Amino acid sequence: MDHFPTNWGRPRNDAYDAYNTYPLHHRPSAAPGHDKFADAVQRTQQPIVTGTSVLAIQYKDGIMMAADNLASYGSLARFKSIQRLHAVGTNTVLGASGDMSDFQYIQTLLDELVTDEFTHQDAHSLGPAEVHEYLARVMYSRRSKFDPLWNALLVGGFKDGKRFLAYVDLLGVTYSAPSLATGYGAHIAIPLLREVVDGRQDTLTEEDARKLLHDCMRVLFYRDARSLDKYQLAKVTESGVEISDSIKIETAWNFAEGIRGYGAQTQ
Amino acid sequence: MPDGSFSNPQQRQFNPYSDNGGTILAIAGADFTVIAGDTRQSEGYSIQTRYAPKVFRLTDRAVLAVNGFAADGNMFVKKVKQRLEWYRHAHAKDMPLRAIARLIQTMLYAQRFFPYYVYNILGGIEEDGSGAVYSFDPVGSYEREACRAAGAAQSLVQPFLDNQIYFKNQAAAPNQPHPAHLPLSDVLAIVIDSFTSATERHIEVGDGLEIYVVLAKGRSVQGLEGVRSIQELSTKSDGDRVFVIRRDLKKD
Amino acid sequence: MFRNTYDSDNTVFSPQGRLHQVEYALEAVKQGSAAVGLRSKTHSILLALKRSTGELASYQQKMYRIDDHVGIAIAGLTSDARVLSNFMRQQAMSSRMVFNRPIPVNRLVSTIADKAQVNTQEYGRRPYGVGFLVIGQDKTGPHLYEFSPSGNSFEYYAISIGARSQSAKTYLEKHYEEFMDCSLEELITHGLHALRETLQQDKGLTINNTSIGIVGLAGAHEKDVPPEGPFRILEGETIQVYLESMVPKGGEEPSRPATTAPQDTAPAPPAAAPATGDEDVQMAE
Repeated sequence: MDHFPTNWGRPRNDAYDAYNTYPLHHRPSAAPGHDKFADAVQRTQQPIVTGTSVLAIQYKDGIMMAADNLASYGSLARFKSIQRLHAVGTNTVLGASGDMSDFQYIQTLLDELVTDEFTHQDAHSLGPAEVHEYLARVMYSRRSKFDPLWNALLVGGFKDGKRFLAYVDLLGVTYSAPSLATGYGAHIAIPLLREVVDGRQDTLTEEDARKLLHDCMRVLFYRDARSLDKYQLAKVTESGVEISDSIKIETAWNFAEGIRGYGAQTQ
Repeated sequence: MPDGSFSNPQQRQFNPYSDNGGTILAIAGADFTVIAGDTRQSEGYSIQTRYAPKVFRLTDRAVLAVNGFAADGNMFVKKVKQRLEWYRHAHAKDMPLRAIARLIQTMLYAQRFFPYYVYNILGGIEEDGSGAVYSFDPVGSYEREACRAAGAAQSLVQPFLDNQIYFKNQAAAPNQPHPAHLPLSDVLAIVIDSFTSATERHIEVGDGLEIYVVLAKGRSVQGLEGVRSIQELSTKSDGDRVFVIRRDLKKD
Repeated sequence: MFRNTYDSDNTVFSPQGRLHQVEYALEAVKQGSAAVGLRSKTHSILLALKRSTGELASYQQKMYRIDDHVGIAIAGLTSDARVLSNFMRQQAMSSRMVFNRPIPVNRLVSTIADKAQVNTQEYGRRPYGVGFLVIGQDKTGPHLYEFSPSGNSFEYYAISIGARSQSAKTYLEKHYEEFMDCSLEELITHGLHALRETLQQDKGLTINNTSIGIVGLAGAHEKDVPPEGPFRILEGETIQVYLESMVPKGGEEPSRPATTAPQDTAPAPPAAAPATGDEDVQMAE
């Protein structure tokens, strides 16, 4: 943009705010159509199309991650079959909540990275720890430019006999734990996950893990208004990444019939 | 605005900072320094993880504790470590403690207008063999002290240290002046008590405790004998030495 | 001094299809004092001969630490080596910053090889006048590479560069099959034997003119080596024990109990001598 005020045009006297009553961009002369900042650099101020919670846990053979298939536009359930789990190379899976366009940008970044790594054609490849560190750098440097990628991400994987599970968000904050969840899941699912997983990562079977995540996804669907009863499950083990087809959550709402005192029935 | 009016301009802005709780603490002795921090990382009322280290070994004689906004903290430690690596490349030795302190002040002040939202406490052994603690504010003001607490429970721990380390509000017995430095075993007891107490009274403190102990070159391990779950981290056997002691704190 | 009209511009081929400036750069490497590298299943090591310009001067540094897991020995222009080693350090640090991963050794060598290649092709530049031996370890084990100003890099079981390095190479070629199963101490002894071959008749290896670089677990004579076995440079008194392990050369003064330190009076730079040097420049035509 043009940074020289003298080039910004001479406002009419009645429109000229001689005493700086308004901040520059709120002045009458900056009305729609006359916005002197219209060609300024645009930055994400809020997420638009969003995904809700991602859940992930460590278990005996590796890690397992779950995210539903919904992308919301505000309160509108806008896209009902998007995938929020993304395989990165052969040992890593990435789960994203938050802005879906930012997530898609991250997907292209990572795909490029994996391709570059592959073209070296040596014995080295990026594992989950390297992918997580890279994402942490990307997220932190974008937040430091005041231009964040509006996501909370979970990175999980299994490489060289070791599990890896960690979190990174739009601020660049990172942490690792046996069970992780983003968004609503951090409040609703985490207590349920920690109860089962913490301290039992080495014995928890695949079946247990699958059931635990399924139960948590159901609780979230009951309680989180931005969630869907259709989700996918990813597992990463010795044998690589597997992302399931969509899984339907069976629900029962008949209990709602008996509820009185709010909503439609007040009697 | 939703109602179409602009009479009350609203501002909504991305906030690049967060507060991840936790507390750190360091106490200098005559020929040792103890630097400790809890391992809980939280945001608001959520515990993000029960194990996120806040105390880091920089060299065999310097340990840095970082508290505040975790993303800034981790990045800052990473950058300090890389600066120390360049120093090693250039001089084939580790940077002295007082030089690390000045380096940290310079690095923090370089971000004066977009600060690292972290409180740093640097502890270790000076070149003269004395224990030292340097404490910093987020933009680099620093001083050398005998002890310092920072973070969520600073207001709980620092008065306790003032009383126990500086003997504030304690009258000395006649002809028995207060000692200038406490022995290591006493300091360790004070550190552990500080954290168990802070865990009781502050929701952001708890889960785990990491206590780093730096001993001056040639000092015996007196005060560390029989200590549970202790591990040596030093790379040389005939220089200053670093140990870490790991303990559980209450998780509620 | 002009060999022909294709001398001065490195971007122009001679009619024989050669880049003379690049070949002269390789000569600069041959003028530098020798460096030897060897590899076993568990270790990679470097050995280098340090020169000093006279009694009043100190010895030129021949080895640089790049990262915990990588180190180099140089032969040729020291100032070019400083620039390149600094670049390698930056690359290594950036890998740790971005991926929290020690840079794979082969990729590090490729980056400087690519950098050197640019100087053989772009107008107005000159090739680097220095060659490296790079040792390092990563998850694929210990490695040894040679880097040269032509932009080439190769991995080796054993290799030598610098003045009279052909003599060392002859030794290495004769013995390389043993190296894989050698202990660190045996490997160093082999290395010293190879390095000794590059010396002039009346010279010997001393604790002052020899550097040893190692990656891999601590050896029997080493103290205070971290468990990962990072790159370290041995110099001075610490290498006495290795020098003593050498088999005295037939008819030559055994370099054994190096009578304290300064027995190497006036170490006239071997082979370096006045660089009028067309002698060992072998150009076709």
